[in-house]
Amino acid sequence: MCGIAGTAGRFANDDSIKTVMRSMIETLHHRGPDGYGFFYDSGIAFAHARLAIIDLQTGDQPISNEDGSVTVIFNGEIFNFVELRAELERAGHRFSTRSDTEVIVHLYEDHGLEFVQRLNGQFAIALWDARLRRLILARDRVGIRPMFYSVVRGRIWFASEIKALLAALPEIGRLDPFGVTQALTFWSPVDPATAFQGVESLPAGTVLEFREGQPVQIQRFWDWDFADESEDPEPDVDAIAAELRELLIDSVRLQLRADVPVGAYLSGGLDSSGIVSLIRSFTSAPLRTFSIAFEDSEFDESEHQRAMVDYLRTDHTTVRCENLDIGRAFPRLVYHAETPLVRTGPVPLMLLSARVRAEGYKVVLTGEGADEVFAGYDIFKEAKIRRFCARQPDSKMRSSLLRRLYPYLASSPVASAAFAKTFFSQGMEFIARPIFAHVPRWNTSRRACNFLSDEWRSATSKWDPLSWMDSQLPARVAQWSPLGRDQYVEAKTLLAGYLLSSQGDRVAMANSVEGRFPYLDHRVVEYAARLPSRLKLRVLQEKHILRLAFRGLLPDEILQRGKQPYRAPDSKCFFQGGQALDYVEDLLSAQRIRSAGYFDASSVGRLVDKCRAGRAVGFADNQAFVGILSTMVIDELFVRRNQSMGSVPPNWTD
Amino acid sequence: MDELQQVRNFILKNFLFSEDEGSLSNEGSLIASGAIDSTGVLELIMFIEETFQIKVDEEEMIPDNLDSVEKIIAYVHRKSVSKG
Repeated sequence: MCGIAGTAGRFANDDSIKTVMRSMIETLHHRGPDGYGFFYDSGIAFAHARLAIIDLQTGDQPISNEDGSVTVIFNGEIFNFVELRAELERAGHRFSTRSDTEVIVHLYEDHGLEFVQRLNGQFAIALWDARLRRLILARDRVGIRPMFYSVVRGRIWFASEIKALLAALPEIGRLDPFGVTQALTFWSPVDPATAFQGVESLPAGTVLEFREGQPVQIQRFWDWDFADESEDPEPDVDAIAAELRELLIDSVRLQLRADVPVGAYLSGGLDSSGIVSLIRSFTSAPLRTFSIAFEDSEFDESEHQRAMVDYLRTDHTTVRCENLDIGRAFPRLVYHAETPLVRTGPVPLMLLSARVRAEGYKVVLTGEGADEVFAGYDIFKEAKIRRFCARQPDSKMRSSLLRRLYPYLASSPVASAAFAKTFFSQGMEFIARPIFAHVPRWNTSRRACNFLSDEWRSATSKWDPLSWMDSQLPARVAQWSPLGRDQYVEAKTLLAGYLLSSQGDRVAMANSVEGRFPYLDHRVVEYAARLPSRLKLRVLQEKHILRLAFRGLLPDEILQRGKQPYRAPDSKCFFQGGQALDYVEDLLSAQRIRSAGYFDASSVGRLVDKCRAGRAVGFADNQAFVGILSTMVIDELFVRRNQSMGSVPPNWTD
Repeated sequence: MDELQQVRNFILKNFLFSEDEGSLSNEGSLIASGAIDSTGVLELIMFIEETFQIKVDEEEMIPDNLDSVEKIIAYVHRKSVSKG
């Protein structure tokens, strides 16, 4: 795990480029505190910040091939490097290190751009081919590791985080109304968009090629691909469950590869408990687990966590998170996430990774991804019920199914059945479109856009997020089952843009910790995507096939437990005794809102009053509040460039 | 302040975050116009109960009683009469 940065194009190879590279890589120190490495040649400069996990002695980067014509820097892990190395050595390649990085160099020599197909891992790679004078950037299949780039005056700049680009390119530090609107609607900008003008995110599963004087070319090498609606043979469920278990065991085995100890997160739910039970049952790795507990009982899962710790006998640490911890650490989260956020959920995970690191761990396995791969989220169930209701809109029995959703919410949208039916029947006109499942969620989120200033609203007024999202989807989406379509949209928006980024890579790397996600091994993703929908969502039981795969490994109470989505308290974290935290008061003051120009000061003032009075109970208000505040924190940190706020320690008190 | 203005003020300030009287009609659907979302219904019910000192029964939590300013006023009147 690491941070990378660099540039390619026409420039003088003198001391000034070295100064710029150093200033870029120093912004990524948290990603790689174990040392910097640099590479300079005609028209190319690479910088690398290393977090040493594999090959602690000789794994420094950049790494080149035998004759120095191919040089690579890379952030992430190639889990199958042992197998790849053996194969490459048989083909005559000589290795000078024991690292996973070196296999990339030799694979590229043999396979060219196809090298990415051979990698099982989570990666953001920059590779310089001196013979062809081309720069290659590649990003893993589902978007676990980040890669941003800017093309400025014919030259490309890239980095693991946007802050490194801002260090080299002062001219790009402006917020983009479309990127911000996407974040407020979809919970994050959707690749390739970012919140910043002139900065792009390399889409997951693609390879970028840059040659001086030519336009950037991007090729997709992988995508989620689901079973067709018609493809639904009678499955042998037991055989599939057994096969899936074997696949998961192998994924965990590969992902435990490291030359440092590996820990795991344990949320108390099926997904993380499953991973920990696989480590317990099928490897000899010691079990060290970590979890979050909340002051607020609506969000707390400690009872289930304790049950799993007792059952699996792990050495466990719980980090207890109070509401004010979240409010105080929020600027630091935004500093790392570099995007407007509509939820505070990433903050506790940032506090958790600090504890993981303090306990001496650099790597954790987590259950992230299972809900996308095996259809665990309520949004999939909700869509199934809404499609079912649409066939018989007057059936009372059908709409009463809606009351079975969301039993865990204190202020449930289905508390009133008549209204639940009214709300969930909204958006029925989208029933034939792949975004059908997501329309209710996005309509709630985009209420935050009502707070935009007149200027920003008119800048985005012709942009319809729903049609835009449709236009981003591949043509074959229409052949997939409805569940497959819903899963695809979820994978491209919430998973890649938010859960793996703001709530994944960024909050772990904030404390120099690497997350690993066995459910996102592409073999698991591909296997699950081809399964019939009813093996994932069986009637209204989510992740059915995963529960079957874990039979005998987990206690029945976990196997049968319904999904409790991970959430954290929102607007209430920013107020104490009726007063906003100092920085919140400052950033959301009418004067500050007006001078930034993104939002309407008087409506923001009314929202703040509502939150201050503790009357903001619904998602829409809370998301708008967090979205506005995070945008203003970005303004402070990256537009005004006053970074003292983001570097405050998590226990900072104002 | 009369009941109509009390209800209008609450919806404007609490859901629309605005003082623009023109942004809220008395007859339009609050849900269809996006003025209230699903948990907004709960906020609306709490407001009605506190402000008008009535109890909204579960079977009365339906769009016919609550989905526009006019419907809310009519509902509050019916309740007040039956209570009195």
